Amino acid sequence: MSLLEVRDLVKEFSRSRGLFSRPSVVRAVDGVSFTIEQGETFGLVGESGSGKTTTGRCILRLIEPTAGQVRFKDEDVLRFSRKRLRQARRDMQIVFQDPYSSLNPRMRVGAIVEEPLIIHRVGAKAERRARVAELFELVGLDPSQLSRYPHQFSGGQRQRIGLARALALNPSLVVADEPVSALDVSVQAQVINLLMDLQERLKLTYLFIAHDLRLVRHICSRVAVMYLGRIVEMGATEALFAEPAHPYTRALLSAIPVPDPVAPRQRITLDPASFSRETPLRTVGSDHWAAI
Amino acid sequence: MSADRGPVLLSVEHLTTGFDVRGRFLPAVIDVSFHVSAGETLGLVGESGSGKSLTALSIMRLVQPPGRIVDGRLIFKGRDLRSLDEREMQKTRGAEIALIFQEPMTALNPVFTIGSQIEETLRVHGRATRQTARQKAIDLLEAVSIPEPQKRVRDYPHQLSGGLRQRALIAMSLACEPVLVIADEPTTALDVTIQAQILELLRSLQQRMGLALVLITHDLGVVAEMADRVAVMYAGRIVEEAPVKTLFADPKHPYTQGLMSSIPGGAPGTRLRAIQGSVPPLGELPPGCSFTPRCPNRFEPCPKAHPGMTVFRDLEHGRGPGSGARTPSPESRDHTAKCYLYSDAVEPDVREAETR
Repeated sequence: MSLLEVRDLVKEFSRSRGLFSRPSVVRAVDGVSFTIEQGETFGLVGESGSGKTTTGRCILRLIEPTAGQVRFKDEDVLRFSRKRLRQARRDMQIVFQDPYSSLNPRMRVGAIVEEPLIIHRVGAKAERRARVAELFELVGLDPSQLSRYPHQFSGGQRQRIGLARALALNPSLVVADEPVSALDVSVQAQVINLLMDLQERLKLTYLFIAHDLRLVRHICSRVAVMYLGRIVEMGATEALFAEPAHPYTRALLSAIPVPDPVAPRQRITLDPASFSRETPLRTVGSDHWAAI
Repeated sequence: MSADRGPVLLSVEHLTTGFDVRGRFLPAVIDVSFHVSAGETLGLVGESGSGKSLTALSIMRLVQPPGRIVDGRLIFKGRDLRSLDEREMQKTRGAEIALIFQEPMTALNPVFTIGSQIEETLRVHGRATRQTARQKAIDLLEAVSIPEPQKRVRDYPHQLSGGLRQRALIAMSLACEPVLVIADEPTTALDVTIQAQILELLRSLQQRMGLALVLITHDLGVVAEMADRVAVMYAGRIVEEAPVKTLFADPKHPYTQGLMSSIPGGAPGTRLRAIQGSVPPLGELPPGCSFTPRCPNRFEPCPKAHPGMTVFRDLEHGRGPGSGARTPSPESRDHTAKCYLYSDAVEPDVREAETR
């Protein structure tokens, strides 16, 4: 049994075009399907507007999908009542991209990490405090700094606080939405190492949403590439990077600047006429699909 | 990358810029020296807070109080930009030196069309009359590969995508045919496929117009693709400088080495060799070498005084580290680094300059 199974997910946003015209409908996510196995890191890659963030939020029902199925531990998340959903969210958490706007500036960081425990009525006060200190140590922060405010921490430390908050309730799935893209290069590596360590220690499963392909290649076991709301290619990371099959994946991979001045470069320009959006995914190798 | 290199166009010498905060002067650019020649691309690399954008603003003389330039010379075409009065500087700005900002949405005025903003630039600098300006603007948009320039010239910034906006901004920067372009993270806000297009555009414009380009970025990949030479900044100082191939083949400064090993690569799933800690905030520089608290190679002299420059000569000919500190000539193609691992040279006291 897969931990998470997403089937034919659709999210439409309607945009009003003025008082007298009919609103236009944009399909931000257009029939997305994938499964994530227990303990793996699944990468969802794409450029801005590809629908990767919307997909992540639909899975947690932070926004309500228009259609489709999301099965988590073999239960249909989209049919959950409010009460059941709240319960389920203990098990599925999210880490946001921006460590500056995702922490309440008026709350002490200890209270920020404790909040999910209070909401879900976990433990008595003393137990919660002990748990918060433990979480702080887990993410590599000094528990003596619990009474400080977010602005007293650097970007990398704030992302650790966001991670401690996400882990407070022992989730099995963590949706990490661009968790390091707002951080400096040298700090990025620290947070990536931490994410990998925690996965091993806590047997976490990650849905890792990112635009940085170098990063995805490094930490994800499987990857799906999104383009304009659809998955155009999906498979084991190694296979997908070694033999990209879809024209968009090829263009995307060739556009990554290589940190090596003597590496040969061949840039592939995307020709949108070279593929159709309607083409369904088909098998192109073992654990490798492409919409070609 | 272009092979033919003209004379030195801009030479920054011992630039120190900082901020007056509560009666204290906090330096953010410290004793920075570099030069760039016509047809050449210098990559200025650093993380946030390293002082790279402030260096760009200093060259343009756009530093606003409480910030101020306290020392150094900015020799452009043989004249010190710091000695120009504001009117002369305005003629230089835009006409001879152009600055491309990171965020095209904030650098463009939202209430004027792309065309009218380019036309204004042209007219202010006397490069076109009211009659010829429109056609020139269209030509410029065409030069930066904006499709349907006759139509786009009447668009407002919000009607363009991020990539097209950055192109329009580049068109505006190039309107008066500057000889030096400073591009401050020109592709950071863009998607990677659009980034590739913009970098390609900058490269071809540089070849066509023989521009000197100072490219400010935090992305070592971008630097590897674009730069002829690279200067690495950390906490306000240039800590290493070298031709691009030399820098990537043989990084000397522990910070440069750390930056390179932080890039994801190598065997998937392996731990990255991260640099511990984070960049010190303004006004909280540690004593001595600013990198000391994060440095895996730190030893006894590091926290005492900031190291001076070591020159590594002729790596291809197998001669090792140079003999201690010397002032490199502006034409020098050498590899330099500031670190006690290579010599015991100490930085000349910059405190003196601050009190001036």
